[in-house]
This record gives sequence, C-alpha cells and structure tokens, in this order.
Amino acid sequence: MAKAKSAKKTTSKTNPKTPAPIEFDKAQELKAYRDMLMIRRFEEKAGQLYGMGLIGGFCHLYIGQEAVVTGMQAALIEGDQMITAYRDHGHMLACDMEPRGIMAELTGREGGYSRGKGGSMHMFSKEKNFYGGHGIVGAQVSLGTGLAFNNHYRGNGNVCLTYFGDGASNQGQVYESFNMAKLWNLPVVYVIENNRYAMGTAVHRSSALTEFSKRGCSFNIPGIEVDGMDVRAVQSAGELATKWCRDGNGPIILDMQTYRYRGHSMSDPAKYRSKDEVQKMRAEQDPIERVKQRLLEKKWAGEDDLKAIDKEVRAVVADSAEFAQNNPEPDASELYTDILLEAGA
Amino acid sequence: MAVDILMPALSPTMEEGTLAKWLVKEGDDVSAGDVIAEIETDKATMEVEAVDEGKIGRISVAEGTEGVKVNAVIAVLLEDGESASATPSAPSEPSTAPEPVQEAPSVATAIASPPPATAVADDPDIPIGTEMVPTTVREALRDAMAEEMRSDENVFVMGEEVAEYQGAYKITQGLLEEFGAKRVIDTPITEHGFAGIGVGAAMAGLRPIVEFMTFNFAMQAIDQIVNSAAKTLYMSGGQMGAPMVFRGPNGAAARVGAQHSQCYAAWYSHIPGLKVVAPYGAADAKGLLKAAIRDPNPIIFLENEIMYGQSFDVPKMDNFVLPIGKARVHKQGTDVTLVTFAMGMKYAIEASEAMAELGIDAEIIDLRTIRPMDIETVVNSVKKTNRCITIEEGFPQSGVGAEIGIQIMQEAFDYLDAPVIRISGKDVPMPYAANLEKLALPNVGEIVEAARAVTYK
Repeated sequence: MAKAKSAKKTTSKTNPKTPAPIEFDKAQELKAYRDMLMIRRFEEKAGQLYGMGLIGGFCHLYIGQEAVVTGMQAALIEGDQMITAYRDHGHMLACDMEPRGIMAELTGREGGYSRGKGGSMHMFSKEKNFYGGHGIVGAQVSLGTGLAFNNHYRGNGNVCLTYFGDGASNQGQVYESFNMAKLWNLPVVYVIENNRYAMGTAVHRSSALTEFSKRGCSFNIPGIEVDGMDVRAVQSAGELATKWCRDGNGPIILDMQTYRYRGHSMSDPAKYRSKDEVQKMRAEQDPIERVKQRLLEKKWAGEDDLKAIDKEVRAVVADSAEFAQNNPEPDASELYTDILLEAGA
Repeated sequence: MAVDILMPALSPTMEEGTLAKWLVKEGDDVSAGDVIAEIETDKATMEVEAVDEGKIGRISVAEGTEGVKVNAVIAVLLEDGESASATPSAPSEPSTAPEPVQEAPSVATAIASPPPATAVADDPDIPIGTEMVPTTVREALRDAMAEEMRSDENVFVMGEEVAEYQGAYKITQGLLEEFGAKRVIDTPITEHGFAGIGVGAAMAGLRPIVEFMTFNFAMQAIDQIVNSAAKTLYMSGGQMGAPMVFRGPNGAAARVGAQHSQCYAAWYSHIPGLKVVAPYGAADAKGLLKAAIRDPNPIIFLENEIMYGQSFDVPKMDNFVLPIGKARVHKQGTDVTLVTFAMGMKYAIEASEAMAELGIDAEIIDLRTIRPMDIETVVNSVKKTNRCITIEEGFPQSGVGAEIGIQIMQEAFDYLDAPVIRISGKDVPMPYAANLEKLALPNVGEIVEAARAVTYK
C-alpha cells in the first residue's frame, strides 16, 4: 500500500564537491571586512553592556564566526529567508537589520525589534526575511524546513538558509526534517556552524560522526565541508548551495568549520578548552585578519584606510549602544499585546 | 459441529457495519484464510477471512445489508458431512446471538448510541427556518476543510495517512482527489518534524492544517506547538505568528489503554498564544473548524474518535462559521449548571434526563472553546441556578474543571448555594480492562449524585 514517492528523486546528479574559494575583488574584500568588523564590534559592545548589567538573561556572542553569515549572505537573492537559533546577532546584522533595533532588543527596550519582548535569543524581522532567533536547540531546523516548504508550495524560487550548530546536529527533529526536505525536494540550505563545542562538550565527545557534511547520507542529502573562517570559501559554497536548491535538487548541507572565541554564553567560563587553543585560532585563522592581510598585501587598502573603517563601524555600534541605553522600556500595556491576533482583522 | 460466523469488530469503536459483499455462496468449500466477505465500516472496507475450513452452510445476512451489529451471525460454517438443516437456527439479530458485547460494556457501547433527544436551546448563530441536513461529525469536519481549501489556496492539510489512505479515521476522505498531492500531503511518521515544518510554513504566511492521527502522538510535537507556534507572535513583537490548525482525535476512544486515551484540553488551554476548541456535535464541528482555519492564530482543534460516526443536524448555509470563544447553552434549566465540552456533553445530556426524573432541572453549557473560555456565560448561568457541576474526561488536577471552579469563586461566589463539584476522569492512567476503563471515566451516576448533593435532594 505504501507507495514510494520517488518521482522527484534526483539521484542522477552527481553530488557537489567543496568549491575553491572565489577570488574577491577590492570592493568585495572591503565589504567583507566592514561587515565582519561590524559584527565583531557589535558583539564586543554587547559583551560590555552585559557586563554592566544592561543586557539580561542569556547572551551568546558570535565573535570568531563572522565569516559564516557574511559569506552566506552574499549568496542570497531578494525573498530568501534565514533562520537560526539563539547565537543570532551576527545573522541579523548580516541581513541588514538595524544595529539600534538589535541592541535595543538586547537591553529590553521599546525600540527593539520585538519591542523588548523577545530579547537576545528571540528576534525577528519580517521585512528582512529573518525568521528568528529561536531558543530551543534544533527547533529552528524544522521551522526553516517549513519556510522552504512555503517556497516550494508557492514556487517562488527562494531558498531558506537554516543555520544550526554542531550541538543541534544531534537533535532528533533535525533528521525528521532532513527526511521530509529530501522527500519533498525542499529548497533549504542546512548551514551547520560547527564551532567545535556544544556548549561545553567538544564534538568528539558528543557526536558519533563528527563529519557533519555526511549527516545527510541516510537521506541522500549531499554535504560539503567549508572553511568557515574564510569568507571567500563560505561565499563560494553558499553560491553553490543556493544554486543547487534553485535548480530543484532539494536540500544540501554545508559543514562550516568555524570557531567561537568567547564562551557559549556570557556566563560560560569556557574551562573545557585551553587558552592556547583559542589563541592559536585567533592568531592563525581569524576571518577578519585574513581579509585584512589580503587587503594590505594587494595594497587595496592601507592601515589608515582600515582604521577609518574601524572608526566608522565603532561609531555605528556606539550609536546603537547609546540608543539602547536611553530608549525607554516598553510600556506596561505591552505586557498584553501580541498574544493573539484579532480574527478577521 | 457447525460454527457461527459473526460480524467482526474491525476497530476499537465499531458498533455496526455494512455487509458489502459476499465472496462465497452457500455450499462453497472454504479454507482457513479464504476471504469470504467484505465489510464496510464508517472508516474502511475490510475483508473477512474464514477462520476454519468447512462448507458455507447458510448465509443469514444478505449482501448490501446496512447496520449489521457486531457479533450478529452472518453465516454458518459446516464441518464435513454436516448439512445446512442440521445447523441451529441462527438468527441474524444480535440480540439472540451470544452477547460478548454486553459482557464487555466498553465505553463505545456505553456512549456511542445516538445522541438522546433533548430540548435543545436555539442556536443564535443559526437563523430560524434554516434547512438542516443530517451529517456525521466526520463529514462535517471534511466539509469544513474542503470549503476552506476551495476559498483559500494557502490552506493545505498535512499529516500521517491523510492523502492516499484517505485519513486514518477517514476525516480527509476525498480531499486528495479534489485538491491534489500538493495540498493534501502524506507525511512520514514524524510528528515533531512535520509539526515544526507546519509552523515554519505558517510563519511564512501559509495556512496549514496539521492533522495528528491522535493528540496522544502530538506529545512528540508539543515543543513546536508551545514554544514555536504559540509564542512567536509575542516574541516577534507582533511581526509574525503561526496562523494554523492542529487537529485530530483527543481523549479516550475505547479500550486502547493509557497511551492512547488522554484528554489534552487542559494541557493546551494552559498556554497563552493558543486557542483551544473542542466541539461536540457536527454543526459545531463544521462551524468551528471553518473559523479555526480562518483564524490568524494557532488553534488546537480537539475532536473525538467516538463522535466521528455520530450524525447531527447541520444547517445548510453557504458560509456557516461559528465564533471561537463562545459557549452555547445547550439546554436551559433552573436548578444546577452543568459545564462541560466535547464528550462530556454526552454524559451531561444523559445525566440531565435522569435528573429530570428527580425533579432537578439542569442547565447544560457546552463550552465549545476551552481557551479563550467564555466564563461570562458560565457565570450568568450560575447566578441563575446558584449551583455548578463541571464535567470533563481529563485528569482532575489542574484540569478544566479546576479553572472553572476558581473563576466562579472569583466572579460569582456570593451566588453559590453549594460548593462547585468537579466530575472528571479518575486520577489514574487509563486502564485497558473494560470494567476498569468504565470506572476511570466520568459516569452519569456520579453526575446525578453530585446534582442531588448540590440541590440537597
């Protein structure tokens, strides 16, 4: 009775391999530099505000992983969606959400993207097709697959980037989603941000198979490993993956090998790894330094030019912090808004 | 020795069926395992196999006969050498057949009889004089989905066996044929995953109807229902929510044990951001499901397997949509208010009839929606009757009755002439044994006792 719905299978197509990093021109290098620097400076500021007690609860910083969202963003077209878990500030900046609105949400103010009701982990922008910002590890994978279902249903040619970490990769619903995504050929790029630690547990201690690009094997979903510390490698993998989806091949997995410099959250002392390990990554792999070195080597920018960019970025971040501290808290009446929509409205 | 072939029970809640076709005739030799007949239940057409070898002696129920009771003798199987005349005169009426049904008074037999006729209060949502069409709850639910799918192409239905199998309980019968595989989608057995996919699709603006084969299985998906569907509108500051329906059978069916017999009304009614609807009859099922599909919020729509085959009058109206959040006074009365919903209505109606014989005039309120709860209608009734009994199949602690009790304490304490009494499922996992199952569910006797207590009669 159970009829296999195999009509849409695309097994004849050979699975993609990791592409070579694309060569950036000057403008691309400068843009990548500025965008990544914006995330880093923003996160540094968020860390400061947390330390001052202005940001509450949990706050997960993206420092070290900037190349992933910056490179992926360059592969998107109008209407493509993005969804992630709670380490989400970088994703929001990458999709051009306002630093003021993000920072004000972190401080729980009315000018925040969720009017102060979401916080660091739960932020959204319908306008920018950013679907959160989710606090439950792995839940965003099914939701992102549903966003891709929407694209498939409407035939709009859009792709959903569904980000999750090495930790979420062991959640059951991830595989339930993989199965249906391939079964129905949904246009979803699963971007696994493998930063080597699920909170305090190293991947080799949590995962029977640590090559996350192979996690789709049981579902015939191809996957490729990507140097997630090289924005050019990320962008070329992103372009390959989104094209794969837009060509009707269904889902694809990108195993982004990246690293976070800070603890899992602000309250994590990160004693599960050595300072040397972190220092080595910062010294040898830092995504921003790598762009910077290329810019200097090719003489596309001098130290003064880069300092000017840093100054401009710091000013934007300072402005967002200023706004986030002076913006009022939400009105008490907001407690009871946005729970249900009026029917027929 | 001749063997009676009995009408088989082919589902937990089957009471009777249609003998659709005989595949053998009198005098045919059959072996064990041979298909001898086809039986239509309200859910499916099933084949009946011979359980022993022998000769078909006599066929006592002609093919095409409807309403053949479970355990009625439908044919007689003869051993070698026996003749048809040697068989006992096996009647086709189940009343004289061996009566294992009566020996095992399952919930279904206790409550699946046609709904008793009661003086039903007029429904203000149905204009007087509207033509009424007898419709099963199953058909009403299907019609509601089909009508809404016709008018909004963003509405689709997904779930296990909803498409090619036509629905595990045949609620989606015919939808695949009309709307195609794009909009009537068979999922793998993967509740957590497809609930999340449904929520994601809803966040992007589609209008999913997610069918759970039963709400017992929705426990696999409850994180997506509660954390994603219910909370996103709030967490996004109103930017995006999940306009969708989660529906399926809820509560006790019959003899399916602890993991398949649980009422989730109280669970979901705990959650801000959800609406919880639990209709009893077919008209409410149709009008409220249409409203649920149109509603811009996530709706938990609780059905009941035992009611699927029950027939009720449904108004013949082009656009029959009932308001979510409005209770209905099913029967007006003066002495005690019975507040209930879904299957609880069955108990309440029967109890009110028994009460009438004792001179107690009960008012019956069908909540229809558990969240938002129409407590105003309850309070107004209690102000009139000064007494209240809540009835539900769910567990007692932190249940729907507990909520009604505290609301009455706060809103109508001075009007009470007796404490509110809560009748609920017992505080135990649902047992399998027929007698224990019956004990675990609410019953008419305890409702009548409660009514006597609060009216001091």
